[in-house]
Amino acid sequence: MTENTNNSRPITFHVTRYNPESDRKPYIKSYTVPVRAGMTVLDGLHYIKENLDPTLAWRFSCRMGVCGSCGMLLNGHPTLACNTQILHIADTDLTVGPLPNFEIIRDLVPDLMTMFEKHRSINPHIVRTDEKELNTPEGEFYQTPEQLEKFLQFTYCIKCGCCMGACPTLATDVHYLGPMPLAAAERYDNDSRDDGWRDRHQLTGSAHGAFRCHYAGECSRVCPKGVDPARAIQHLKRQLVLDYLHLARKKKPCAMLHGPGEGKLLANIPAAPAKTV
Amino acid sequence: MAEMKRHDNRLGLWGWLGGGRWGVERHAYILHRLTGLAILLYFLMHIVVTSLRASGKYMWIEGHVLHQPVFRFGEYLVFAAFAYHAFNGIRLVLVELGLAVGKPIEPIYPYKTSLNVQRPLLISMMVLAGIFLLLGSFEFLGVGK
Ligand code: SF4
Ligand code: SF4
Ligand code: FES
Repeated sequence: MTENTNNSRPITFHVTRYNPESDRKPYIKSYTVPVRAGMTVLDGLHYIKENLDPTLAWRFSCRMGVCGSCGMLLNGHPTLACNTQILHIADTDLTVGPLPNFEIIRDLVPDLMTMFEKHRSINPHIVRTDEKELNTPEGEFYQTPEQLEKFLQFTYCIKCGCCMGACPTLATDVHYLGPMPLAAAERYDNDSRDDGWRDRHQLTGSAHGAFRCHYAGECSRVCPKGVDPARAIQHLKRQLVLDYLHLARKKKPCAMLHGPGEGKLLANIPAAPAKTV
Repeated sequence: MAEMKRHDNRLGLWGWLGGGRWGVERHAYILHRLTGLAILLYFLMHIVVTSLRASGKYMWIEGHVLHQPVFRFGEYLVFAAFAYHAFNGIRLVLVELGLAVGKPIEPIYPYKTSLNVQRPLLISMMVLAGIFLLLGSFEFLGVGK
């Protein structure tokens, strides 16, 4: 398609700028960008960097809503810059700011480490009491499609942090685990292969855990991947209550599946290549 | 490496009270907290006022400052806060026990979330709160006395 610059419309980007070396606090700087239909906010930021101000900093990678790098505040709404078309949300003006509830490293770059640390703290992986099963696998773990559906929705999270920027509870309580880590906890608690929910409940049931959430629902409203962390958290609360009352159904992690080959290699399958790490 | 200076961008109280507000559940959340705090404040005042009984009967005499219309109106506000807080509280109990938010689904754009699932419950609870408030208003206005 040939570029038709006549079809563009000027949109003023009001961008939050902050350089830790020279600025005491963030300030807003405006740039006018010629916007054509189909341009994303990420494209607009690239235009600014290439043509107007090379010092502007932000984070991105995949530019297609997969990596979760470009979460920012567009017209006061946390969302992905690469997943949002400018003309869908702006007529003449667009404000672009960094995700709130995170420290700003520079311009539009938030420090997401607090979120990742909380995420790591809830053991976001399958835990088995017998570690051998994971480290030297001899078969697959058996899981039905119904068992998969219990947590599949929560696996789509790309850790963009938009939900953390939107949550009103996180705005006042820094230690609150937040929607993303709690949804991840629910994802693994619900996995039929997992045996780590007791440890996770210690944290998710603590004072800064799931019960801090009061279902304002902003996390689910802004999530660009439809993960619905608010749903995950409410299900998690029920599990915590049942667990506290000793009413939780005794859940045993699924066993290894010894399918057609009974755990032995089939004759016609070549051996796996030697481990490189 | 020297620790780089950062700007704390936590929204704080404003983020709780004002930030966002994209949906009706968010408004319900703020109102629930505000009414909760108001009821707590009333409760504390209630204890103070009733304890004044210890210093004599005169506080209960008709025409005392506590019987002024402004206090009647204040009581009505407390009643309204109670009506909202109670009915919205029932919704929250159901929602927070994971009973009204639906099962996990495959996210297909445009996304439908648990918010859509519990919305009918929210609406019915608000209707009930409204009816309750209306009935109470008759009582306060002394209709039928
Ligand atoms: S739950 Fe959604 S908004 Fe939150 S980090 Fe994951 S993908 Fe982003
Ligand atoms: S539903 Fe809970 S986690 Fe999500 S934004 Fe509201 S308070 Fe935060
Ligand atoms: S750049 Fe990867 S999600 Fe936007």
